[in-house]
Amino acid sequence: MSYISLSDKDRREMLERIGVGSTDDLFCCIPEGVRLTGKLALPEAMTESALVRHMEGIAGENAYPKYLSFLGGGAYDHFIPSVVDNLSSRGEFVTPYTPYQPEVSQGTLQAIFEFQTLICQLSGMDIANASLYEGATGAAEAVLMAHRLKNRPKVLVAATLHPQYRSVIRTYVRNLGIRVEEVPCDGTGGLDKAALARMLDAETAALIVQSPNYFGVCEDIKAAADAVHRDRALLAVVVAEALSLGLLEAPGKLGADIVTGEGQSFGIPLSFGGPYLGFMACMKEFVRQLPGRIAGQTTDVDGKRGFVLTLATREQHIRREKATSNICTNQALCALRATIYLETVGKQGLRELAWQNVQKAAYAVDLLTRVPGVKRRFAGPHFNEFVLEFPKDWDGIDRALKAKGILAGIGLGADFPGLEKCALVCVTERHGKNDIDRLAAALEEVLR
Amino acid sequence: MIREMREPLAFEISSEGKRAFRAEKLDVPERKDVLGGVAVRETIDGFPELSEVEVTRHFTRLSRTNYCVDLGLYPLGSCTMKYNPKVNERVAALPGFTGSHPNAPEELVQGNLRLLKQVERLLGEIAGMDAFTLQPAAGAHGELTGMMLVRAALEARGNARKTVLIPDSAHGTNPSSAHLCGYTVKEIKSNEKGTIDLEDLARAMNEDVAALMVTNPNTLGVFESDICRIAEIVHSRGGFLYMDGANMNALTGIVRPGDMGVDVLHINLHKTFSTPHGGGGPGSGPVGVKKALEPYLPVPVIEEKDGRFVLVGDRPGSIGRTRSFFGNYLVIVRALAYILNLGPEGIREVAETAVLNANYIRKSLEGDYHMKYPTATLHECVFSDKVQKEHGVSNLDIAKRLIDMGLHPPTMSFPLIVHGALMVEPTETESKRELDRFIDAMKAIAKEAVEDPEVLHAAPHATYVRRLDETAAARTPVLKWEKK
Repeated sequence: MSYISLSDKDRREMLERIGVGSTDDLFCCIPEGVRLTGKLALPEAMTESALVRHMEGIAGENAYPKYLSFLGGGAYDHFIPSVVDNLSSRGEFVTPYTPYQPEVSQGTLQAIFEFQTLICQLSGMDIANASLYEGATGAAEAVLMAHRLKNRPKVLVAATLHPQYRSVIRTYVRNLGIRVEEVPCDGTGGLDKAALARMLDAETAALIVQSPNYFGVCEDIKAAADAVHRDRALLAVVVAEALSLGLLEAPGKLGADIVTGEGQSFGIPLSFGGPYLGFMACMKEFVRQLPGRIAGQTTDVDGKRGFVLTLATREQHIRREKATSNICTNQALCALRATIYLETVGKQGLRELAWQNVQKAAYAVDLLTRVPGVKRRFAGPHFNEFVLEFPKDWDGIDRALKAKGILAGIGLGADFPGLEKCALVCVTERHGKNDIDRLAAALEEVLR
Repeated sequence: MIREMREPLAFEISSEGKRAFRAEKLDVPERKDVLGGVAVRETIDGFPELSEVEVTRHFTRLSRTNYCVDLGLYPLGSCTMKYNPKVNERVAALPGFTGSHPNAPEELVQGNLRLLKQVERLLGEIAGMDAFTLQPAAGAHGELTGMMLVRAALEARGNARKTVLIPDSAHGTNPSSAHLCGYTVKEIKSNEKGTIDLEDLARAMNEDVAALMVTNPNTLGVFESDICRIAEIVHSRGGFLYMDGANMNALTGIVRPGDMGVDVLHINLHKTFSTPHGGGGPGSGPVGVKKALEPYLPVPVIEEKDGRFVLVGDRPGSIGRTRSFFGNYLVIVRALAYILNLGPEGIREVAETAVLNANYIRKSLEGDYHMKYPTATLHECVFSDKVQKEHGVSNLDIAKRLIDMGLHPPTMSFPLIVHGALMVEPTETESKRELDRFIDAMKAIAKEAVEDPEVLHAAPHATYVRRLDETAAARTPVLKWEKK
């Protein structure tokens, strides 16, 4: 099945007007020698019904959905209200391009403007962009932005920043002469303040810290901001679990200069990691260094309010190699989903959900640490994730729990040498008390 | 939506106590002593409170102010706004895909890994490349990844080199991506045919040059006929040939970049492979490479071992990750559905028909609009407002007047080498009737430019908003709603 709308008669008439005998003639600019002579070795075309069956087969090979899962680590399973899928799948939102012609793109532009407002309200910052790819590249863009703003060669990154985010930052900076150093955590799982004080200096452009961090621990953002600002460096706070912003104080109110992160928790399905939603917000004096698209309010010739993409002189299509970022296409439809999600869940709902996540995680910690031999690894306050330490290596426990249909967490040994006996467990509002009880009972059996 | 009806911002509709969502009753004992010492917010000032009906009407009304491919021709050159098949949306929404956690153990997501590997192989076949990474989230991200691979390979040879050559007709993302890899950009001037001049290239190419980034067909829609010679020149001085595959839809099934000497390229799944643009993303920018660059691909790579798929992260030469997890997975699912739906004949028919449609428009409008470069074109063509300028009418006026006629304008003022450019790309999915509608509208506008230029200056007339003050938007930025 192809999606061509020409009849044979149309083709003949069109070729006649063009003045060529066949479509092949239109390709005469391509040297004969390199042109394909046979057909591509691709599977033969499928009908729609066969295609659906085929894809259902592939999706069915994923056994994951059959498991009771407590996986988090940068991707969170939250309930998505029906209006999110329904409204965001309208063709008028799904099938336009980037809103280059504002007169026929007000729906997309107003939604972006609302998204920017919501991100500002949640982060406590002055301005936000229209989105970035996802959390990890958002963190990398924050590093580059801080470097541009401060023109200092060193960036400190918390060792408790998501390992994949750290990896992406390393990839991004490796050709730019930016030095990245990792600040360890202390026994609470939070930033080691003494180490931070030692590592900060006049060469430091910024500290990048995640909160709640990869271990689920809520950082003392105010203390980090005070320390960083003493050396006139910047604090960029990364939020990988955006739902936490519904309850925890806005990083902007605690001294953050840049807030960036992953908005997947706002109505975007797990989707094996993408598409997700990077967001970025900052203080207004940094607006000229903010990467990505920005929508702004203006008026039309009749004085009616309207929205446009603005401050384009930061961007690659105008500034080329001098742009703040090379980003062009971003994650507009995911930002729309987040906007619909947040406006549906609303002021009260968001807080309730965040509170439930905290409560259920607290219940889980309480119950799971009563299992003999199981301890909390870090004492710091947590949101909906926490690290447990077991009496033996996690891998074996994980295997035994999987055999019982449970994915209890993410083993930390691979990314954090020394934590081979530890796992990161995530509990959200989607978990009932019975799910948590089942995990505790299974763990008890496995460890017996 | 009719002009008289104005949709407020959600924040302006909001009123205290309304809700469209209620969390389930908490089924664990509630504790007050959680979050000890952490700063907690009392409320989120100004955050919306709406009913579900209000949310639904708000977004439905907003949607009706948007133009989209589902409504009609969207001839944005270089953006490839083709029809987005509905079955692709259906399969991308399968719970086995949407419900898969990216941190799940490999053995529980074999379907996803098989799918990714299959797409890598199919793109390899279509582009003639040895290996693909699907990690990049969009075209520009692919460019960055691709140029990082080039740099890593050159570093392994002992010299990363300093410069990247880029034609003046290139997308702005090319120089920006090269710059992010630590390279200086040197622009190559287009010749009178709108293509790369071999002698200029030979002069510019030296042992300091890491790569040439070429878009083929280029942004004029012109195929670089000397591409094999270009590759030889670049290779002879030890450089790499990068191809921006934004216009790959002109070539599918006809010719493969890998057969023309290209070492590395990115493809936009949201262009050639029909995944929807979503008003500005998500896209996906897979990068294909020849063997020489394969060791440097981002980790993890997927390998097939005895019919099972595993993730391999331990690759010492790798540039590392360029994104978390595995790329924009659901976009990749849609692209696979598209390739399987089309098959080898259908994939070729895409390029043939895209080129036929574009040439039909070109031929039909050549007498009415100026074309700076008379060279033969493939899937798109670039007109300018040179003739209409004599009557004081600009490409902006023409674009805005098209909107009045129920059409989306072409890409404007790009490529930069054509002053007053109008870059038209109809894609293969348009009917002759829709193409004729565009041609008739453009002809009517050319006539109006002579007879009644005022109506063009004031266009659009019938839209939800009319011409917007972009200067004021940039001069005094209002970037969010604030409580009065």
